Amino acid sequence: MSDSSSSIPFRANAATALRNSTLRAAMRNATETFTTKRADAVAAFPLEEWREQVSAMRLHVLDHLSDYVDRFERNAARSGAKVHRAKDSRAAREIIASILKDHSIGRVVKSKSMVSEEIHLNDYLQKEGITVVETDLGEYIIQIAGEGPSHIIVPAIHKDRRQVGKLFAEKLGCEYSDDPAILTGVAKKVLREEFLSAKAGISGANFAVADSGSIVIFTNEGNGRMCTTLPSLHIVILSIEKLIPSLADLPKFIRLLPRSATGQMITSYLSVITGSREPGESTGAQEMHIVLLDNGRSGIISGEYREMLKCIRCGACLNACPVYRMVGGHAYGSTYPGPMGIVLTALLEGMERAYNLLDATTLCGACGDVCPVKVPLPKLLRRLRASRVEQGLTSRTEQQAMAGFGKMMKSPMLFHLGQTAGHVLWPAIRGFGLDRTLGRMPRPVFKTFRERVS
Amino acid sequence: MRIQLFGTCLVDTMFPETGEATIRLLRHFGVEIGYPAGQTCCGKPAESGGYTRESRKAAEHFISVFEGTDGPIVIPSGSCASMVKNHYPELFKDDPLMRQKAEIIASRTYELTQFLVHVLKAHETGFLGNGRITYHASCQLTRELEVREEPLLLLQSIDGAEFVHLPHADRCCGFGGIFMAKLPEVSMALADEKLDTILSTGADTVTGGDHGCLMNIGDAIKRRGSAVQVKHIAAVLAEGLR
Repeated sequence: MSDSSSSIPFRANAATALRNSTLRAAMRNATETFTTKRADAVAAFPLEEWREQVSAMRLHVLDHLSDYVDRFERNAARSGAKVHRAKDSRAAREIIASILKDHSIGRVVKSKSMVSEEIHLNDYLQKEGITVVETDLGEYIIQIAGEGPSHIIVPAIHKDRRQVGKLFAEKLGCEYSDDPAILTGVAKKVLREEFLSAKAGISGANFAVADSGSIVIFTNEGNGRMCTTLPSLHIVILSIEKLIPSLADLPKFIRLLPRSATGQMITSYLSVITGSREPGESTGAQEMHIVLLDNGRSGIISGEYREMLKCIRCGACLNACPVYRMVGGHAYGSTYPGPMGIVLTALLEGMERAYNLLDATTLCGACGDVCPVKVPLPKLLRRLRASRVEQGLTSRTEQQAMAGFGKMMKSPMLFHLGQTAGHVLWPAIRGFGLDRTLGRMPRPVFKTFRERVS
Repeated sequence: MRIQLFGTCLVDTMFPETGEATIRLLRHFGVEIGYPAGQTCCGKPAESGGYTRESRKAAEHFISVFEGTDGPIVIPSGSCASMVKNHYPELFKDDPLMRQKAEIIASRTYELTQFLVHVLKAHETGFLGNGRITYHASCQLTRELEVREEPLLLLQSIDGAEFVHLPHADRCCGFGGIFMAKLPEVSMALADEKLDTILSTGADTVTGGDHGCLMNIGDAIKRRGSAVQVKHIAAVLAEGLR
């Protein structure tokens, strides 16, 4: 058993979340909406065929990832972008901070990026004296609330409009309202000024195109476009597995990603950005930097969890997950929540930190069913559970119980003895404080089925 | 026709009436039943917990008990049937001899409603019943075994009873084997949500093909003091034999 202080206390976090009725109502409403819309959006769509194709394409990219990264780097450089490779979070943070410092920039606008969350970019830049303004509405809300995202595409999914109204009134000094249109107007006004005065913008990327050196961003609010075109400096942070071979591969994702994520046919904005502004061009940043983050991915590719890297971060598995729906994203205590988040946290942050998260699945299989790129999430979760046992990271009691179970399985006599013991000892169960676990099962019968048939 | 019945450990230990109902049901359709005496548990709790060594022990035992028998192996549980059909071959992927044995066993195995519909065509004869019945589509039965229509065909063939679809029928009830014990708060919240949907149908009986789930739903019903009855599909059908 390892030092439990380093591990995420999922059960306690979940229990706290379950007592929060606002959170539960918000989660119920949002996930209900997304799952229904997704189901409608894929109903008249040759989903299975597309999933197969896209999955095969993602695997192909993973098989040749270093080639595609090289190709992307060459083509992005040719179009005027500077490409930086970062082997881990720290390297990525330092590269970004030094670019900003070189330009004497103290304030930067940012569009939504889960990779930036993964490397804890904002905290770092803040410590370096650089203010980051999140411009995605959800990200902006949680930034002023001092929280992290609780969903990979809907970061403020856990909040309802009344909470946002109170937050805005308190932090921005505006009049209280719970009208989403008014609240959006308030944020828009603040953010417009930020966009217009910003000297640098940071964005993530949904995909990066090897053949053209382009980065692709799907957004619904237009903030991504402003962050990447209005300031003279644009920094992109993306992880290496986001590569796709060519622009011809993009349409498949344009159709699958929004459908899986929010049930939209397409996102409101779709930006393909190739390099910095060239002479004669009227838009785009004058200087573009692309930071390619590895952070353990090269290692994951060669191992038994490689299929996790097919993930395109749509969030469908979160919405479909019964556990996530009940407790929300913060309970996972990690950058990435839900089924994909459990697997990624174990892979990126290590089993010592993630092992409790492996309890946070009923293995119901709903995540695997909705994944647009066929990441075999239930299989990966099972494999991680087996690995947790191999590493001795389950409780001593559980290990002993399972060892006993293993012996009973092989011996009908011991098995029957166990049944009898269960019957006899059952009334004592509550005395052991097990009423919420074993006590929720009925008492083992006196005369078992085997005795009745034989 | 002769089959071999695997009773499952939950039926054996806690719900023997379901085992008896399964026997009545199968005999009614002219099936002769063997019950290999050495059977224990399929090993599912160990498998889902990540205890590969222990689940292999259970699988080896199951295979040794059933390989000397003949005919289909029928199991009144989606998760146990999926364990045998899907996970046994996987457990022995590096052991060609055992893998072959596991695959033979897997190919002989049917979940009860699969067997009733595909082999016995029991839904064509139909059943008798009364009241309003709804059905919880348990996870492994639905998604791992892809048995979606069979239970519905059987339940809709009950004369005198009204079958009502459960909203989000295939949503997890929060049982999840060891999940129930490891995250009881989440498990109970999910069972409560499941019960809400059950109550919304106005059904007086909820049925399903897995006692694990039914036990968890039953606990939610007990905690709420609801009068809804929980019955395994074998019991529902056996009560209405024509």
